[in-house]
Amino acid sequence: MIIAIPRELTPDERRVAASPDSVRKLKELGFEVCIEQGAGAASSFTDALYEQAGAEIIQERSALFEQANVLLKVNGPLPEEVELLKEGTMLISFLWPAQHPDLLKKLAEKKINVLAMDSVPRISRAQKMDALSTMANIGGYRAVVEAANVFGRFLTGQITAAGKIPPAKVLVIGAGVAGLAAIGTAKSMGAIVRAFDTRAEVKQQVESMGGEFLTVDIQEDGAGSGGYAKEMSKEFIEAEMALFREQAREVDIVITTALIPGKPAPKLWQADAVQAMKEGSVVVDMAAEQGGNCELTEPGEVVTKDGVTIIGYTNLASRLPGQASSLYSQNLVHLLAEMTPEKDGQPVIDMENEAIRGATVVKDGEITWPPPPPKLTAAPPPKPEPEKPKAEPVTKEEKGSNGRAVVAYWVVAGALLYWLGQSSPPAFLNHFMVFVLSIFIGWQVIWNVSHSLHTPLMSVTNAISGIIVVGALLQVSSGSFIVSVLAFISILLASINIVGGFLVTKRMLAMFRR
Amino acid sequence: MSGVVYMAYLLAAVFFILSLKGLSSHETSKAGNTYGMAGMAIAILATIADPSVTSYWILVPAVAIGGYIGMQRAKAVEMTEMPQLVALLHSFVGLAAILISWGGYIDPGMGHQTGAALTIHLVEIYLGIFIGAVTFTGSLVAWGKLNGNISGKPLTLPFRHGLNAIAIVLCLLMLSYFVNNPHTGLSTFFLLVMTVIALAIGLHLVAAIGGADMPVVVSMLNSYSGWAAAATGFMLGNDLLIVVGALVGSSGAILSYIMCKGMNRSFISVIMGGFGTDGSSGGGESEIEGEAVPITSQEVASELDQAKSVIIVPGFGMAVAHAQQAVKELTDRLRSNGCEVRFGIHPVAGRLPGHMNVLLAEANVPYDIVLEMDEINDDFAKTDVVLVIGANDTVNPDAMEKPDSPIAGMPVLRVWEARTVIVLKRSLASGYAGVENPLFFRENTRMLFGDAKDSLQQVLKDL
Repeated sequence: MIIAIPRELTPDERRVAASPDSVRKLKELGFEVCIEQGAGAASSFTDALYEQAGAEIIQERSALFEQANVLLKVNGPLPEEVELLKEGTMLISFLWPAQHPDLLKKLAEKKINVLAMDSVPRISRAQKMDALSTMANIGGYRAVVEAANVFGRFLTGQITAAGKIPPAKVLVIGAGVAGLAAIGTAKSMGAIVRAFDTRAEVKQQVESMGGEFLTVDIQEDGAGSGGYAKEMSKEFIEAEMALFREQAREVDIVITTALIPGKPAPKLWQADAVQAMKEGSVVVDMAAEQGGNCELTEPGEVVTKDGVTIIGYTNLASRLPGQASSLYSQNLVHLLAEMTPEKDGQPVIDMENEAIRGATVVKDGEITWPPPPPKLTAAPPPKPEPEKPKAEPVTKEEKGSNGRAVVAYWVVAGALLYWLGQSSPPAFLNHFMVFVLSIFIGWQVIWNVSHSLHTPLMSVTNAISGIIVVGALLQVSSGSFIVSVLAFISILLASINIVGGFLVTKRMLAMFRR
Repeated sequence: MSGVVYMAYLLAAVFFILSLKGLSSHETSKAGNTYGMAGMAIAILATIADPSVTSYWILVPAVAIGGYIGMQRAKAVEMTEMPQLVALLHSFVGLAAILISWGGYIDPGMGHQTGAALTIHLVEIYLGIFIGAVTFTGSLVAWGKLNGNISGKPLTLPFRHGLNAIAIVLCLLMLSYFVNNPHTGLSTFFLLVMTVIALAIGLHLVAAIGGADMPVVVSMLNSYSGWAAAATGFMLGNDLLIVVGALVGSSGAILSYIMCKGMNRSFISVIMGGFGTDGSSGGGESEIEGEAVPITSQEVASELDQAKSVIIVPGFGMAVAHAQQAVKELTDRLRSNGCEVRFGIHPVAGRLPGHMNVLLAEANVPYDIVLEMDEINDDFAKTDVVLVIGANDTVNPDAMEKPDSPIAGMPVLRVWEARTVIVLKRSLASGYAGVENPLFFRENTRMLFGDAKDSLQQVLKDL
């Protein structure tokens, strides 16, 4: 089969879907490779290099599309490219099916089999084909470079003969792949890096990259499915904003990477936060394509507001074209290798393969997007609860029999109470009432005692049970010698209990510290 | 009794309730203890101020001497000895209850009730002595076992349940005579015989229970001492005693229940005793594959050095070896390396409910890294190294994996899910339940043999 790689027509796009290296690997898989003339020029891959690797250079765009069985691209096809595609071609590129339903429909009508690189599921097995992570990693690196470029100071701190240079403070919001790459890059350039994320589980990752993890005082985990974050509650967002406003006064560079799947980017860095920042500070908004995390971002542009430079480039990865192209084409090779296990140049769309199934958005004229949810995610989701429905009928039954038992208990208890009331003098009944109610109070109070305090609880109740001293005190003056002696001993013993119990409890409680 | 004294009792009772409530969290626990002391002071002062109490020359020295002894004991006791102290103090309450109830019987001033009131009064005396006596000797035996004076092995007399049953039936028979013929020579004799029998029951009951069931026994005796106080309260018609007795009684009962749940055993089966006697049933027959891999302290140190997260699981062995201080030092060192250190405490670890928490607190381990089993059990899978220090049955995978194991169904700490488990232990001997522990033979388990304290100090040196 013939794989064709056209030049990218999207403005500002400098990447290409093949590198000389990937051409070699594709040929090993049994494919023929055709490349449009000058396709790799922006990525510094000359036609000569491709030819050396074994690709055929084709000048005519229409001829290339005519030959293609598999078309590899970076961006989704433009309308004129869709026109050129012939039926039965397999197209592999970024597509963003959620944002481009019309394009998807058109491709389905033309019976083109489409695999969207952005829809590769985030499962461990598919990591080698995960082009989104690849791009995010490159983007995170580039974001720091862009920021450093317009930031009029060092990122690192130094002490020089001319004076002391403080290190720049960088705040990264959203510690996904891009955020972590940005943290690592900024750290290696010598900056002080802080990071914020709604998902508590990334704290360790942030710290492993050398960043400091900021938190708000509200307990809420923002982990959604598929390793992404979910939308947070109103209280959480308010606390988050307060934290950001406070940070805005301190930090020099802010890099925002917060995305929520299928929603516009959350507006985290508001206009007042920008105002609070120092003159000459920089904001890099990596979410610009989805509307931006900063309120003042203009997607695709660099603007200066209140003395703060806001970078809204939507093509950060494309600004490192050589790196982005070679890694992206590597992802494509891995995907094609997965589809061509026989290495015979005949790719198969295997809908049983979870990774391939996820990426396939159009097959045989039918839209197969969105895919069923992945079975595994990178981050453990909250515990699955498959047992619940099974358990329910059982508990209901138990409740029924419990109900009968409860009634029986109370009938017996009532009968006993009736008998007691019939046969006992009122003085005793008074005491009995106090007794039973006290048991209830004790029952309620003790259940709240925390496990770690059980030993102090025992020694306190021990001291309190020394209250028996009251009984002895009342007997001690009875006049009978024997009773007085007995009472004396009792008082003595109970006093040991009281003093010993309370003091030892005090000693123990003083030891507990946070 | 004057109304003022009665109200003072009410105030004292309220203070005691607040005291127990205060113990529900660390923040309020100190205030709780203070409430308890205040309640006790009010109760004693109010009682002494009562016009019927006149013999100050007896009671002041008694309180002073008792208080002094108590103070000395409280100051001197080591935290590893807390279970013994608590058991001993329970026995005092029991003895006091016997003496007060006997006093109540002998006291000439108590004799002018008639009819039902008298019957109830006599039953109360009888019960007070009975419960007090069981508490007294039971606590003494528990104290001896915890202290090591008496072997921790359960004493299993032949026909032991029958003996207990006969003793109780005998007591009931004597009760029926005693109630109908008070203050005759024979009934006094019966009361005496009953006291002796009850003392014997206490002895026998606790002697039949093994050393590691002591958390349940101690909390059970805690409960009994409460009921004993309540019984004397009924006898003397004193509501304060009744209230406090009921509070303490229910507190001990709840603790016993929690402990039993921690071992997945019914209260009855613990009380019946004899558990862990036939060690051959679980251990000898079941062949465990694999072998225990020993590890040196240097290797442990390097494992810990590389670990990002460590969970320490202490057991009774840590208390025996007095290793808590070394554990604390290790914790500090690891934490200063940026390692996350936490503690996982099994509900029945040690010989007293919450015993491990107190020991760690004594060594100044912050309580917010000391977690309960349910809080930490899911985190083992994400942990690099687990240090098991002197724990055995509480980390036995058989409890979950082998339905025919004697400890099957007991909730355990799932330490084996961690990347590496290091077990500090003196030997490969089986734990209290007499069950072999396949944890020691797992692939990811390493054994560091020796006294826990010495081993830890060696590891600290190598770190």
